[in-house]
Amino acid sequence: MTESPTPSDADAGERARENAVESATGTETESATAAETETATTALEPASIAVDGLSLSFGEVPVLENVSLSVEPGEFVGVVGPNGAGKTTLLRAISGALEPDAGTVAVDEVDVHGVSSRASSRLVAVVPQDTALSFAFPVRDVVEMGRHPHRSRFSSPTPADRAAVERALERTRTAKLADRPIDEISGGQRQRVVLARAIAQETPALLLDEPTASLDVNHQVETLELVRELVDSGRTAVAAIHDLDLAARYCDRLALLADGAVHDVGTPSSVLTTDALAEAFDATATVTTNPITGTETVTALPDATVRDSIATDVEDGSHDNEDTDNPRSTPARVHLIGTGTAAASVLSRLAAAELDLSVGPVTPGDAAEEAARRLTGESSSAGVETIRVDPFAPLSADARDELAARIAAADATVLADPALGGETGRVLELVASVERPVVVDTQRFADRSGASTGGEGTTSEAGAGKVARTRYEACRKRGIEVPPESVLEGVATALSESGRTERPSDAGLPAGGTISDDKGAPANADSAADGPTPPHESSDD
Amino acid sequence: MYRPGRTASWSAGLTVLLVVVALGSAALGPVRIDPITVAMAALNAIAVPTGVSTGTTTVPGLGFSTTVPTLEFTGVFDFEVTGSHQLIVETIRLPRIALAATVGFSLAAAGTVMQGFFRNPLADPSIIGVSSGAAAGAVAAIAFPVLAPFSSVHLSAFVGALGTAFLVYGIATEGGRTPVATLLLAGVAIQAFLGALISYMLVHSGDDLRRAVVWMMGHLSNTTWGDVRFALPVALLGVFVLGAYARELNVLLLGEEDAHHLGVDVERTKLLLLALSSVITAAGVAVAGVIGFVGLVVPHIMRLIVGPDHRILLPTSALAGASFLVATDTIARIGPAEVPVGIVTAFVGAPFFLFLLVRREVHSL
Repeated sequence: MTESPTPSDADAGERARENAVESATGTETESATAAETETATTALEPASIAVDGLSLSFGEVPVLENVSLSVEPGEFVGVVGPNGAGKTTLLRAISGALEPDAGTVAVDEVDVHGVSSRASSRLVAVVPQDTALSFAFPVRDVVEMGRHPHRSRFSSPTPADRAAVERALERTRTAKLADRPIDEISGGQRQRVVLARAIAQETPALLLDEPTASLDVNHQVETLELVRELVDSGRTAVAAIHDLDLAARYCDRLALLADGAVHDVGTPSSVLTTDALAEAFDATATVTTNPITGTETVTALPDATVRDSIATDVEDGSHDNEDTDNPRSTPARVHLIGTGTAAASVLSRLAAAELDLSVGPVTPGDAAEEAARRLTGESSSAGVETIRVDPFAPLSADARDELAARIAAADATVLADPALGGETGRVLELVASVERPVVVDTQRFADRSGASTGGEGTTSEAGAGKVARTRYEACRKRGIEVPPESVLEGVATALSESGRTERPSDAGLPAGGTISDDKGAPANADSAADGPTPPHESSDD
Repeated sequence: MYRPGRTASWSAGLTVLLVVVALGSAALGPVRIDPITVAMAALNAIAVPTGVSTGTTTVPGLGFSTTVPTLEFTGVFDFEVTGSHQLIVETIRLPRIALAATVGFSLAAAGTVMQGFFRNPLADPSIIGVSSGAAAGAVAAIAFPVLAPFSSVHLSAFVGALGTAFLVYGIATEGGRTPVATLLLAGVAIQAFLGALISYMLVHSGDDLRRAVVWMMGHLSNTTWGDVRFALPVALLGVFVLGAYARELNVLLLGEEDAHHLGVDVERTKLLLLALSSVITAAGVAVAGVIGFVGLVVPHIMRLIVGPDHRILLPTSALAGASFLVATDTIARIGPAEVPVGIVTAFVGAPFFLFLLVRREVHSL
């Protein structure tokens, strides 16, 4: 509704429109296609949402502080941010369920807190995070409840109501469930039913609180596709989404909320930056582009505590005291030998810990090489020294010398699925000088490209493969083997061991194999208590 | 999707059942009267207003007289029924049956509303202390007529019931909001307090003990048309308005925030539902005493049969409650010695409810 008519006018207009819809769809049989359903609902004009200076507290605890957000008609805005940032509270304030202490919320230029719940429920439909539906209403009746704001007290469901309900069931693919009791369908199906209820409400604005929280990956995508469709066919949507990748993929803009304030608003690529995520989530994460969807992908890395512990280890080794207040002066030097995605992932994690990194040998176009190039290009990173070699060529004397120098200079050496064709053995030979290499092993050695069958197929390949294998197994045996997500803990262990001569108290470190939790970072009490951080934890909201 | 026709046909069927049960009940008693005679006598009792006269009447319980206009009634039918049978049916059995139907109607409707309102299958009309308040008022009027504010037991019970409801609501309300859980807890606490008060009064009630205990067990003996004239309009009007809020009740089952998002003025609706169910319960309890189980069991049984939608559940529960109480009251009065109807409802209702529980047909709303 572009003009702002009196309620009765709006009512009449709506009814006329719905009658038109009804007569249009009434002639169609069940074979009505999705496109026709689409045109049927395009009668809705999306509304603008303007949040201005919103502050809200629960008792003494401020939850939102001076939050402003402007959503254009027909826009899909994702609200992202860590747990407790106030995402749900913001949505509840926009829907009118919570009275703010200060500030206004206008939907379609109507102050939702100044009008009756009936009036606001004609403007905004809400898909809550959880709905109490533990009673035996049939699915269709639950969807019908979405029509409540449009009906007068004594009316029976009108044809328009019935049409809106059936359309909503169709769109959410819940028509088959329509006669099943709501308490007998799965959680994912329920979520779709609640979405159907919101669709049947036929409001110009839609608010969704974690619409994908309880869904499996398939239904997450399906649900957000549907919201996207609804937005494209004439609705405005604001959704709290904890999955940053999905938010980047489906939202026009993102609002990053942190500590009850809007940290940043803008396109996903402008909001989801390493620095912004570090500030908002207090997490280390790298942002890359998903090669399939072309949208931002966020990879969270172990938290800052582990990162700091590495720097502290180095410091303790050189200054011989426990002065943790003193910020790290020289970052530890780590050399990475590896190829493919495992090495790329390890490299990102090491870079996030702000270590002095070198990598190689790598061939141009390898995932690890690309990661190194990207990290060097980033302003926040000091850059990664990269030893590039030509593919399928023997290791040159220069490259060999450089590699030897790098390994010698490094405080720790990491192996991550090294697969360098026939040269693997010669590269690993240089690692023999490293007492405790950190080994990340995600692929069986024999499965790695070039491990046993060489690139050019010379007769010595099989022999070289055997030598490489023996050397690799030797590295694994004396080294510290860790999964990719725990590489920082592994490096921390290696670093603390390398400083052992100066700190006899640390003599009792594990003899080999996988590192144990509490010894991963012995110099730092915090991280010792925390234990290893599971991967991707900080990306979960 | 809700079909109004379904509600209409179920309601019509249950009304027919109520009439049949009522006629059957009126035929039973120390004097057996065949159903045809009962039907004729009942029709003879129907009168329509044909004029207005003025006279004085005494306000019950307050003890002063006032001049009021009185309608003059004239009978519509004139079937041939012996005088004694006409007297038994018209002045003894029919008022009692009508009151049983009215009270059953009110209690079942109020129980349905309370179970939906509290989203709790254990809720019944007395959950916020209405019955305890009525009992306290009635026992006070019976045992200490000098101290009770109203000498009429009915009035005292009615005032006690509504006073308790408002007290509980007031305690649970803060800043314009009434959380359902607080309401429930406040109701339980007030009930416990009133229970102690009632026990104290019973201990010191002396010769009135038996009368007080019988009242508290629920009784419909010595019913007059005056009782029906008090309770029936309240019940009909109350249930009608509650029925108008049936859709809100459905939406409230989704939770208060969802209900708000679907356009329900939550606090106002809650107050209205609570006030109306308290008033109809209070009116029923004031004239019939505390009758348990009707408000708990009948809504559950009807929910099993017609489903959870209050648009059909509320009217059908009310009508089924009416039949249920007429039937149980018949059992209560036709035995060798009359027993309070509250005993019969619990005696019949509890095993039936347990049977449903064991069959796992009642598990939630």
